[in-house]
Amino acid sequence: MRAQDTLLFAVKTLRSYPTRSMLIMLAMALGVAAVIVLTALGDGARRYVINQFSSIGTNLIIVLPGRAETAGGFPGAALGQTPRDLTLDDARWVGRLPQVRRYAPLNVGVAELSAAGVLREVTVLGSSAEILPIRHMRLVQGNIIAGIFENSAQIILGDKLAQDFFPDGNALGQRVRLGDRRFLVAGILAMQGESMGFNSDEIVIIPVQHAQALFNTHSLFRLMVEARHRSEIEATKAAIHETIVRRHNGEDDVTVITQDAVLATFDRILHALTLGVAGIAIISLLVAGILVMNVMLVAVSQRTGEIGLLKAIGTPALTIRLVFLTEAILLSVAGAILGFALGQAGSLLLRIAYPQLPAWPPIWANFAGIAVAILVGTLAGLLPAARAARLDPVQALNKR
Amino acid sequence: MIQLAAISRIFYMGEQAVRALDQVDLTILPGEYVSIMGPSGSGKSTLLNVIGLLDRPDSGQYLLNGKNVTDLSETEQAKVRREKIGFVFQSFHLVPRMTAAENIELPLTLSGIPLSERKTRVLETLQSFNLSDRAQHRPAELSGGQRQRVAIARATIMRPTAILADEPTGNLDHRIGAEVMALLEALHQGGTTLLIVTHDRELGLRAQRKIGMRDGRIESDTRNEKQ
Repeated sequence: MRAQDTLLFAVKTLRSYPTRSMLIMLAMALGVAAVIVLTALGDGARRYVINQFSSIGTNLIIVLPGRAETAGGFPGAALGQTPRDLTLDDARWVGRLPQVRRYAPLNVGVAELSAAGVLREVTVLGSSAEILPIRHMRLVQGNIIAGIFENSAQIILGDKLAQDFFPDGNALGQRVRLGDRRFLVAGILAMQGESMGFNSDEIVIIPVQHAQALFNTHSLFRLMVEARHRSEIEATKAAIHETIVRRHNGEDDVTVITQDAVLATFDRILHALTLGVAGIAIISLLVAGILVMNVMLVAVSQRTGEIGLLKAIGTPALTIRLVFLTEAILLSVAGAILGFALGQAGSLLLRIAYPQLPAWPPIWANFAGIAVAILVGTLAGLLPAARAARLDPVQALNKR
Repeated sequence: MIQLAAISRIFYMGEQAVRALDQVDLTILPGEYVSIMGPSGSGKSTLLNVIGLLDRPDSGQYLLNGKNVTDLSETEQAKVRREKIGFVFQSFHLVPRMTAAENIELPLTLSGIPLSERKTRVLETLQSFNLSDRAQHRPAELSGGQRQRVAIARATIMRPTAILADEPTGNLDHRIGAEVMALLEALHQGGTTLLIVTHDRELGLRAQRKIGMRDGRIESDTRNEKQ
């Protein structure tokens, strides 16, 4: 029997049992679609997190006051020690390191902003002009000059705040009051939206000394450092750590984290999660495979008379095996293709429903879904096909 | 030419061995018209199955056209069945989901004959069996006589040297049965060896050579010298 005739024979058989064929195909398709949609979800979450991290800056090293300790509180606390503050002086010393391209001290707080008769509580970042390039923030209006911003009473408004306070768009150059201090609006941030749960459209940035005076603190909340080169991140991290420890009389009381390390951890966790959900989805493909086997076994016993006839008119066992196997493979291939389409459609719907989630199925998941479906379907077809081929022709013919 | 020598086929029903064929010797010449008669359980169907290579004898030797076919592999036996032998069954054994034309085409398809040649041969056969207007009907839409005509068309489309018919009229009424017999006998007139298993004496007597079986042995073997 020629290959195209075997194929045609199988297609005709499948078409003559439309309900049965559609149901198995659907089972296969749902399995494949589950693999694709779930991995799209997992990988989308991974990409979302990575995007969020990248949006807060590149080659970023963050210094936190206090030593990271998972068990108990600060270890020195038992000895009556408290962690030293991370001060502006510390920041300046770090800034002198040759590996550091730029740095920005950071204080965060909440204060009342009032201007043009409007009063509102806003999140205040106290920093230097360098915060803008480090955090990848742009100005739509105004010009902030490093060295001048830090030593003057200037303020940068988030895009939405500028619009709320000055609907006419003439915010630049206006005076506003923050807490008990007056500031000159020197810049307006470009619309950036939310990143890391932080909406830069609704913040104000003031020089760090003013922020420390406003919030009555000497300790920095964070010190953000940008390394010169990606390959120097680890060396820079070590240098920063050494510098601060030396300044703190040898007390190791700061935590230096790199964005890369955090990112890599999230990447690993979410990748493992994606693999995990893919594994769960593949189980549904195995179930579909068992369904294929079951239905094919029923088909063999229903078509015993036909198999006997095929043998009587001279069909070798091998051909009969091939015919049944082709049916199983066709079913799973059709199911896999349908499932691929369903999966892509499902991912598209996800992306439409959650535009911020880049729910693209990873390429490997598309291949894995289709390959596993076809493999499982083929394996599931082997046993029924062998059973059909083994039937004794005389008994098979007498069955009807 | 079909030559059986000391063919035995033994079935086991529980502990008991049943000799469906017991040391059968039989020679059938090309172009003969043979009826095999006997009560049920006499081994006549088993004899036909052994001759048609559907069943393997437990002992003995079977020469088909001088060639030993007893020891052929399953695939080689299938090839012999495909090319040399046509089966006609009591219950027709048409594939229910295929049209009459597709059922007739099946042996050609299995032999790997190209589509264009298949189509012309099926058309010719449909015509010669007077089935052209039933070509696209499925078996369920055909009468019993039409179904058996389709089955006979299928059995002959490979131009076999022998037609083996097992109770070909068993599911048909007398008049239709006679038509089917006439069709088979016409094939015999064309030179095909015709073997018919039946328990209908009247039908069996139409053959030139009548073999009677009982308990797995050939009890009588008579020839009608007039034909």
